[in-house]
Amino acid sequence: MDKQNAFRGTAEQEAKLKAVIDESRTTPGCLMHVLQEAQGIYGYLPIEVQTMIAEGLGISLSEVFGVATFYSQFSLKPKGKHRISVCLGTACYVKGSDKILAELEKELGIKCGECTEDGLFSIDSCRCVGACGLAPVMMIGDEVYGKLTPEMVKGIIDKYKEAEYDNH
Amino acid sequence: MTITELDAIRKRKEDLIKVRRVVKEEGEKLAAKTGYRKQVLVCGGTGCTSSHSMQVIEQLEKSLKELKINDILIVKTGCFGLCALGPIMIVYPEGAFYAQMTPEHVKTVAEKHLVKGGEIVKELLYQGTVTKSGDIIPFSETPFYKKQMRIALRNCGVVAPEDIEEAIAAGDYAALEKVLTKMTPDDVVNEMLASGLRGRGGAGFPTGRKWAFAKASQGTEKYVCCNADEGDPGAFMDRSVLEGDPHCVLEAMTIAGYAIGSHHGFIYVRAEYPIAVQRLRIAIAQARECGLLGKNILGSGFDFDIEIRLGAGAFVCGEETALMTSIEGHRGEPRPRPPFPAVKGLFGKPTILNNVETWANVNPIIMNGAAWFSSIGTPTSSGTKVFALGGKITNVGLVEVPMGTTLREIVEEIGGGIPNGKKFKAAQTGGPSGGCIPAECIDTPIDYDSLLAIGSMMGSGGMIILDEDTCMVDISKFYLEFTADESCGKCTPCRIGTKRLLQLLTKITEGKGEMEDLVKIEELATHMKQSSLCALGQSAPNPVLSTMRYFRDEYVAHIEKKTCPAGVCKALLSYYIDPDKCKGCTLCARNCPVKAISGAIKTPHIIDKTKCVKCGLCIANCKFNAVVRK
Repeated sequence: MDKQNAFRGTAEQEAKLKAVIDESRTTPGCLMHVLQEAQGIYGYLPIEVQTMIAEGLGISLSEVFGVATFYSQFSLKPKGKHRISVCLGTACYVKGSDKILAELEKELGIKCGECTEDGLFSIDSCRCVGACGLAPVMMIGDEVYGKLTPEMVKGIIDKYKEAEYDNH
Repeated sequence: MTITELDAIRKRKEDLIKVRRVVKEEGEKLAAKTGYRKQVLVCGGTGCTSSHSMQVIEQLEKSLKELKINDILIVKTGCFGLCALGPIMIVYPEGAFYAQMTPEHVKTVAEKHLVKGGEIVKELLYQGTVTKSGDIIPFSETPFYKKQMRIALRNCGVVAPEDIEEAIAAGDYAALEKVLTKMTPDDVVNEMLASGLRGRGGAGFPTGRKWAFAKASQGTEKYVCCNADEGDPGAFMDRSVLEGDPHCVLEAMTIAGYAIGSHHGFIYVRAEYPIAVQRLRIAIAQARECGLLGKNILGSGFDFDIEIRLGAGAFVCGEETALMTSIEGHRGEPRPRPPFPAVKGLFGKPTILNNVETWANVNPIIMNGAAWFSSIGTPTSSGTKVFALGGKITNVGLVEVPMGTTLREIVEEIGGGIPNGKKFKAAQTGGPSGGCIPAECIDTPIDYDSLLAIGSMMGSGGMIILDEDTCMVDISKFYLEFTADESCGKCTPCRIGTKRLLQLLTKITEGKGEMEDLVKIEELATHMKQSSLCALGQSAPNPVLSTMRYFRDEYVAHIEKKTCPAGVCKALLSYYIDPDKCKGCTLCARNCPVKAISGAIKTPHIIDKTKCVKCGLCIANCKFNAVVRK
């Protein structure tokens, strides 16, 4: 694994994960819940975290890996600080969300599913956030941006970039 | 909680809720009794929250404080339905329906309308409620609401979903009380059977029969599940019910538990619906605290409790056996049926699984009787159906209509027609499993059987309206991309079939198709329908088959003429500038991202087709309509 993506889990994160595992162990079918919590703690599910879960729950790593790769919500790779998710549900699609995605890819210089080198942005597509009245929509973190046009994309991204520079 | 306490809550809050259901004089009289001069309802559903309705509430609280108004109640509700005009705010007892509110607008309304002796601010109202002569009509009389009949959505946009007392006062848990005190489990199952209610998740299986099978199954442990894994893109009916009236689902599941002899329920809900999940959590906690979930419910001796399980983004988990496998913590893959879940379901025990909207119909059926319910709708599809109306339609939003309402009524009257003067081309129902209803079938009544007869299906209720700018080949390709991506891979017909279908469609949209491909598509589709393990694979070819049935000429145009009539498929388009119309303003050339346009100022420009990436920016920029796309 390359240096940039090397696992950098802290003892504090590990303690949190252990607590989740301990409290869920007796619930039948708890694996998905544990994976969801683990992704909340680490931001993604690298093999190291999956191994801890397998050992903690007393199941095989292949079973954990199988579930983690089955569901689209789980990510084995780190995501950007600002997670952009473009809705490609039908209502958004017929209103041109593919063009929004293309504009974002152009603006950030990465493809859907990737993360920018500085770790600030990652782009994913999702299937319907249920805000069809505002189609086409995208989410950045928990913020929903609706009634988008490709021209609006740069301005929105710039807002996040400026906020980052202000922090430094 | 005892039944007496339940009654006390109803008495205390009844008028408060009633004010929101009646308007004008009666409402004003009632409002006087509630202690609140006015009530302001603000939508806190996902649509309006995304257009910043929380800021509306904040500003409202601030303004009322500044104006020293303390006899107005602010209520954060679920969806009112007209999502395109959010954030929405309704003031009772007048029933003034304010749309597209901003904090600035809220300030104006507070100062001019909410103060004592204030007047409705007409220009901020939803303009559908203002007649040409300037009179204000109740919003229930507007075309969007007039033809609707709200049974499943009866409390959405009426109660505060995070307040169990409001839910109780609005009628939730009355059916549970009736069932536990006056009905036997057999009575309940028989009532459901007689109602003719069919599963609202898409397949339309009679709910009562499901319950009867599960009741007849022997076993010490049985489960009741709620399918809230609404993965059909463009559908948000279930989300709206959970966000607007979560208690109606908890109540209905408890009733089913009593009917079939189960003490444990699971709600499997998409993690992509954070507001719905949070409201469900609050509702369950409140119901437990009141003793409406847990041990000895309402002193009846019956125990029932509900757990939430979060999905993690897999469309196939909407299939019943896959959903149960997922609750068990595994990869959400379906398994062959039989055995059906009613015999061997979750954790190998008899289980019933119903969709959110199906659950939302249980209370009214128990309270008003099966005869009442089956009198609504058509003989084989009783009751109403909720649709999430989206796409190229003026009134995007949530609508509930009696079964048998025609597509024309939904599109032209309720939906307000197609925006920008475009022509209606087709309605897509049933999402990736469904098909399209073309313009020539616009008078088809919407019910399970009529839709199947024309090659579509009811589906869970997503209804996407398409106009003349939509390419039907492209839209089938879009759905196949979806199903190919979401196929779980367990069975070959679906795993390989969706991929091959997608390849064939891609070939056609890229202008490399041959007429023979259409035959191949039909053959492959038939095999997939017959031999896939679950409904995902069995129904994946539907979008292609139904578009081929009604829009075959578009497929042929892509293949033989190598053109896309709707002007969507990029590979088949070319751009050129009409020299007679071009004024040589240079705007297109300056904005072309690949510098494909050349020409001197005030002389007609030319597009270099070898450089053009067909982005369409020149069309958008040209003020003289000189750029043509063919």
